[in-house]
Amino acid sequence: MNPSDVGNPGYFHKVVDCQWACPAHTNVPEYIRLIAQGRFTDAYMLNRQSNVFPAILGRTCDRPCEPACRRGRLPSPTNGNEIENPVAICRLKRVAADHKGDVSARLPKAPEKKNGRRVACIGAGPSSLTVANDLMPHGYSVTIFEKYDKPGGLMRTNIPSFRLPEQVLTDETDAILNMGVDIRYNSPVTSLRAVMDEGFDAIFVGSGAPRGKDLELPGRHDVAADSPGGIHIGIDWLGSLAFGHIDSIGEKVLIIGVGNTAMDCCRSSRRLGGKDVKVMARRPRAFFKASPWELEDAEEEGIEIVINHAPKRFVIEDGKLTGMEFDRLEWDADAKKSTVLDTVIIPCDDVILAIGQDNAFPWIERDLGIEFDKWGMPAVNQTTFESTRPGVFFGGDAAWGPKNIIWAVEHGHQAAISIDNHCQSIPVTQRPEWGMNLISQKMGISEWSYHNDYNPAHRQKMKHVDLVQRFEDLHVEVELGFSAEQTAREVQRCLNCDIETVFVAPKCIECDACIDICPLSCLTIAKDGPEEEIRKQLSAPAINPDQALFASLPLPQTGRLMMKDEDLCVHCGLCAERCPTAAWDMQKFQLLISYAGTPAPHTTCVAA
Amino acid sequence: MPSIVKPKVAHPSLVRNELGLTIRDYEGSMSTLCAGCGHDSITAAITRALFELSTPPHMLAKLSGIGCSSKTPTYFVGGAHGFNSAHGRMPAIATGASAANRTLTYLGVSGDGDSLSIGLGHLCHAIRRNLNMLYIIENNGVYGLTKGQFSAASDVGSRSKKGESNKMTPIDPVQLALSLGATFVARSFSGDKAQLVPILKAGLAHRGFAIVDVISPCVTFNDHEGSTKSYKSTRGRYNVATESDFVPHASEIVAEIGGVGQTNVTMHDGSVLRFTRLPENYDVTNRQAALDYLKAHQGEVVTGVLFADESVPEMHEMNNTPAVPLGSLPFEKLCPGSAELAKLMEDFR
Ligand SMILES: Cc1cc2nc3c(=O)[nH]c(=O)nc-3n(C[C@H](O)[C@H](O)[C@H](O)COP(=O)(O)OP(=O)(O)OC[C@H]3O[C@@H](n4cnc5c(N)ncnc54)[C@H](O)[C@@H]3O)c2cc1C
Ligand SMILES: Cc1ncc(C[n+]2csc(CCOP(=O)(O)OP(=O)(O)O)c2C)c(N)n1
Ligand code: SF4
Ligand code: SF4
Ligand code: SF4
Ligand SMILES: [Mg+2]
Repeated sequence: MNPSDVGNPGYFHKVVDCQWACPAHTNVPEYIRLIAQGRFTDAYMLNRQSNVFPAILGRTCDRPCEPACRRGRLPSPTNGNEIENPVAICRLKRVAADHKGDVSARLPKAPEKKNGRRVACIGAGPSSLTVANDLMPHGYSVTIFEKYDKPGGLMRTNIPSFRLPEQVLTDETDAILNMGVDIRYNSPVTSLRAVMDEGFDAIFVGSGAPRGKDLELPGRHDVAADSPGGIHIGIDWLGSLAFGHIDSIGEKVLIIGVGNTAMDCCRSSRRLGGKDVKVMARRPRAFFKASPWELEDAEEEGIEIVINHAPKRFVIEDGKLTGMEFDRLEWDADAKKSTVLDTVIIPCDDVILAIGQDNAFPWIERDLGIEFDKWGMPAVNQTTFESTRPGVFFGGDAAWGPKNIIWAVEHGHQAAISIDNHCQSIPVTQRPEWGMNLISQKMGISEWSYHNDYNPAHRQKMKHVDLVQRFEDLHVEVELGFSAEQTAREVQRCLNCDIETVFVAPKCIECDACIDICPLSCLTIAKDGPEEEIRKQLSAPAINPDQALFASLPLPQTGRLMMKDEDLCVHCGLCAERCPTAAWDMQKFQLLISYAGTPAPHTTCVAA
Repeated sequence: MPSIVKPKVAHPSLVRNELGLTIRDYEGSMSTLCAGCGHDSITAAITRALFELSTPPHMLAKLSGIGCSSKTPTYFVGGAHGFNSAHGRMPAIATGASAANRTLTYLGVSGDGDSLSIGLGHLCHAIRRNLNMLYIIENNGVYGLTKGQFSAASDVGSRSKKGESNKMTPIDPVQLALSLGATFVARSFSGDKAQLVPILKAGLAHRGFAIVDVISPCVTFNDHEGSTKSYKSTRGRYNVATESDFVPHASEIVAEIGGVGQTNVTMHDGSVLRFTRLPENYDVTNRQAALDYLKAHQGEVVTGVLFADESVPEMHEMNNTPAVPLGSLPFEKLCPGSAELAKLMEDFR
């Protein structure tokens, strides 16, 4: 098998499972260590570099990092038959934000002297705000057109304040806007051509996927206009709530759909007077779209989640909604095929439809050279985010449909790079390279600069405001954040995956010390051969084909190879400690990510 | 000292042996030896052998003398009995322990200094008694613990770290054991666990005294150019004379054992030491064949099980001792009293 290409930052990056899984590649283990040291402001600023909205994301992120976390692949310290829970990465992000000091002096600033380039962003959601965040410090003049009178996009209009307090959101949008962004509120763009005519050098479309899906079933349009209850479209209803246009709902509420929007709708309903709130799902629980923690939070608030019910019609009596009829379904094992068992009518005062969002670009003229497909979606390049018209870019939910905040941020970073290139007549396909630092963490014999011991603590549980207090005011934030004790325990659960095991073959004398000491049986010295063959001969079976198998250059004494299955290494450093020749070393990996206008990163390696 | 204790967390596919234990349950405390010491690799091999044999930890007695090698019993099977004796006295202590309780499994770890200098006499007599134990010499050619003086196992011409060369002829524990009538004689290398683990298992199953000389480089004082006990020198002169594996009792149907060209030695407990490769005309039960082979391959590191004979009675059988531990005998039987003593003395008058 070929020796692993450890000179490519991608090799070690992949070992840092959370950072690899994070769309914006947040340096998680480093910020967790900073929190452990009480350096909250530094932890916050490190987060901000890649994810721009640490306080918002510390509460709301979809956290793809957590299912990827290495800790979640290890056996539980108290029950070997169970698997551990991942590190509470997202909650720790909030800890950094909650306890940070004044960051104003460390926030990016726009230079007095502008570079003369003007960029328009449509919509003030996280994607556009990231574009502004990345371009303003380099002298760009950024103008944002926003339909509403406040910034934040769906983060403001749809994510309820009991999950994301308004002030937290405002602080982080202000950090960008205060650089001098020209933000034009109450300015829905109705013609892209008109924006183009203003002579911008580049345009970024970050208008989201603003149209909630409707459900055309019998009775949909039969509710009388003056009837107290009714049928609502989830994201519009949440928007009306955010803007204070509504403040109540009927006692019996049915939410159709079981995604994340449904979760916000049902929990908001409970706060507006809904007493009997049911979330109606077509499929069994294993096939839900909502994140497991959101389902838990909803159920904690007394919301019933009803499975295997397919909506059939709205029941309207004298112009008033009185219930909804459903087919009760039975599904096959993989929930592909269903049969109808019977029909039921479930009484209700209101129905909220939370079955998805569509994009809509009625305001983009179709003769501008921007191609759309038959579903009305623009043709957008996956790497450059450019549309078929040079200089017009798409990102966030507007590019390929609804995703989440952290993806919107990453789209913003990449689009900003393209815009920067475009404005300097550099091909947008020319992406800046990434670098890395690899610095030995050896402080002496058996002494490391990081806390290398494995801590068997279990994942800390987030405490919630009690149920009575929670419903007193719509804006009471439910999650209390971690206490100092919880934080102290949780940070030690991180396995320091960025403190990498770095191997130098010419130094190895094949004494086996590293292999013998490794608690997770990661290491093997084996004869060279095809990777599939070698994977079968390892010290412990390679159970995870997605994880890299490191292969060294041939070893000096026997020509065999040092192999490491990266899957379950806990970065305890014992291999390096027991190595007599320092063939193994523990080196801190820092991924040097390029953003718009940042100088090319310089890779540095410092061995022990 | 390592910065931390080896974390308890282990690979999820860790297997369990007949006792329901994992290999991690056969570990001891953290080694304090130099990083890269061959002795630590032997510890790992011992751990594996005992785990694979499903030896109950409380039925194991670990004994040693003095030296880096003799420190190692602390680093495996924390739940076993242990005795760290005076320098070179492990064979004597083992004899006494075995005399008192023959039901335990005895595993002695010694060094080339401990066994071939100060303890040489004790070793010789343990061999003669055919004491039922596995006796491992962790052979690095130096006194590691006292900073690298030549030992009695140092080859003529082998250079010390400071550069002077050894002039005295070495004692080869393998030839010594063969000449003294040892019943199981093997050599191996700390850097070759594939060979070492089955040899240790066979040695533990052997009835009588099983001696295994394991070349075990001292990284700190004897792993330089000019040393004949370094990793490099050992690998350069490595000769796998015999290849064998250990087939535990009742784990395989008998018909499968004994294929063409195979020699099997059936151990006392019914397990089989199966030789898959032997030198031409080599008979593992012929003491002289082993000595001849060693002579013909002087200068090489000859490894493998070189001699095995299950037919010789071990110490208890020779002496017709009780089958149970002395401690379990009724007091009256163990100590019949002064009247009985007087009667015995009378017989000698
Ligand atoms: C109910 C709900 C809950 C969610 N919860 C989470 C969560 O917890 N975590 C998470 O990561 N994601 C969540 N999401 C998804 C997340 O909010 C979006 O993926 C993200 O906000 C998309 O960002 P964006 O920049 O693409 O645009 P958006 O946030 O959609 O912002 C688009 C902005 O453009 C403006 N706009 C649209 N058209 C025009 C126009 N023609 N002219 C001017 N302005 C215009 C809009 O008013 C809006 O302000 C949730 C979504 C919903 C619906
Ligand atoms: C009676 C006595 N004499 C001398 C010593 C000093 N001494 C300690 S260890 C040792 C030699 C150990 O050599 P070896 O058995 O080869 O062990 P190694 O450290 O090489 O593994 C000596 C001479 C001692 N401890 N006790
Ligand atoms: S750091 Fe080294 S010893 Fe520790 S788990 Fe990883 S490979 Fe094994
Ligand atoms: S401990 Fe060091 S020298 Fe020994 S085998 Fe491992 S890498 Fe090689
Ligand atoms: S001095 Fe030599 S024998 Fe002793 S622990 Fe160190 S390497 Fe091993
Ligand atoms: Mg020695």
